[in-house]
Amino acid sequence: MTPLPFIAYNTYREAVRDRVLYNLIVFALLMVGSAVLFGQISIGIERQVVINLGLAAITLFGVAIAIFIGIGLVSKEIDRRTLYTVLSRPVRRWEFVLGKFLGLSFTLVVNTFFMGLGFFAAVFYVCGGVHRGDARLLAAIYFIVLELLIVTALAMLFSTFSSTLLSAVLALAFFIVGTFAEDLRGFAQMVTGPAHWVALGVAYLVPNFASLNVASSVAHDQPVAAHLVLANTGYVLCYSAVALAVAVLVFEYRNLK
Amino acid sequence: MNARRRVTSVAAAVLVCALAAQALVVRRLDRIRQGAPLEEMLYIGSSRLLRGLSLGFRGLMADIYWTRVVQYYGAKRRVRSVNFSLVYPLLEITTDLDPHLMVAYEAGSIFVSQQPPNGAGQPDLAVQLLEKGIRNNPGQWRLYFDLGFVNYMDRNDPAAAAKAFLEGSRVPGAKWWMKVTAAAMQSKASDPATARMLWQQMYETSSDERVRETARMHIVSLEVDEIVPRLEERVEAYRSRTGRYPANWDQMVQAGYLRGVPMDPTGKPYQLAASGRVEVQVPGDFPFATAGLPPGVKRPKF
Repeated sequence: MTPLPFIAYNTYREAVRDRVLYNLIVFALLMVGSAVLFGQISIGIERQVVINLGLAAITLFGVAIAIFIGIGLVSKEIDRRTLYTVLSRPVRRWEFVLGKFLGLSFTLVVNTFFMGLGFFAAVFYVCGGVHRGDARLLAAIYFIVLELLIVTALAMLFSTFSSTLLSAVLALAFFIVGTFAEDLRGFAQMVTGPAHWVALGVAYLVPNFASLNVASSVAHDQPVAAHLVLANTGYVLCYSAVALAVAVLVFEYRNLK
Repeated sequence: MNARRRVTSVAAAVLVCALAAQALVVRRLDRIRQGAPLEEMLYIGSSRLLRGLSLGFRGLMADIYWTRVVQYYGAKRRVRSVNFSLVYPLLEITTDLDPHLMVAYEAGSIFVSQQPPNGAGQPDLAVQLLEKGIRNNPGQWRLYFDLGFVNYMDRNDPAAAAKAFLEGSRVPGAKWWMKVTAAAMQSKASDPATARMLWQQMYETSSDERVRETARMHIVSLEVDEIVPRLEERVEAYRSRTGRYPANWDQMVQAGYLRGVPMDPTGKPYQLAASGRVEVQVPGDFPFATAGLPPGVKRPKF
């Protein structure tokens, strides 16, 4: 039997033991505070504010966890020398990498699920009931989960070959650049010659987070097209596969002695 | 094949396939989301809020907005759209974020003032944008030139244009011809030679390639508008004398009406139709010309 589920489950348990889910308390306080505050100040946009704030908080908490746990998944095991114990068993290196990725992804899904509950409670409180467009918020939360999968895969990749600090910087840089990926492609279209191809290459290599951010649209009751959901899902699967394939290749050849 | 080589092969295959697939999906996403980034940007219409959200990087945020203005304008022009409704709101936010971003006023006023399909066709808003630019950058003579230009060319208001050129001529560093141009505005309400002079000055002083290209197209189109009626007059004179239209330019040259075969600004000979009409060979080379167009080619009058 493949050891993948065991590695994934242990990663999840370790994250819970590390009190990662404590961030939910901060999130809950933030949501309750903003709901009460904006619920009382009737300025006409309280719903938009709660939605934008809630989705931004879910994203930022998720990204912070994905980066700071993700970068330690491999390096921490090496530092504590527990990696050697794991690899001395019938566990292959690629299984270790994929198992860790699945474990952290599951942690993030659980975390996002609870934050999502708190978020909906805040929206419910502010709007005084269920709004017709609230179902679209689920799509926005789903896109956040997809975004977190890419960030986790990247954090894993960087942790296979660099120090924790450098991994954190790189993962954060990719997150920021990925937010502006559409602009990068726009720049590429505007320049000519070798600069065009270099910019285009970079624009396609960095993650494309812009299409995963629909917070503004759903806050304004804009629908989320089904083909956007499908395309985003396909994109995240492909991009995560790229990052994990590189992580597996690097880790496979890394000298652990 | 040992285990490591097998893992390497599989991972490399996954890497190549997934890399290609993700690039294809990104292209698909760009098609799905065409125009969405701009609409999303305008959800935050408050410049004050945007300044706060930019966390101090206002210049960078303004650059991003300006880039999107250019992309939006370029995309609309490519498809010859008549709807440029987002140009002005985006420019307003851009210049709120960075009131000293000169290119946003200079090129932006041309984007806003030109008639569709070359711009938004909103010269009044272009004037508003330039007046805001002058308020924020009173030492930039170039903005007075742009203001005078829009007033004369697009609002048909030579008095306002003359005022702008005159005020601009007093700004330290202003070109010597600003004062001359002010005088020309005061004396001539609507004159092709003045229009040509203005476009020539625009071409020579603008640093924005898109504006220079627009100016160049206007200059060559004005040249065609000027030459074609003169050629047609000579053709008519030939007909009055001989009783028939010339079959080609050589007959006109031999009769002493022309020194040589007349060429358009791109170097192609003008065409002489049997009815005595003079036409350009490629109307697309002169997008603003109103004379010398083959029958069936219609242009809005600028």
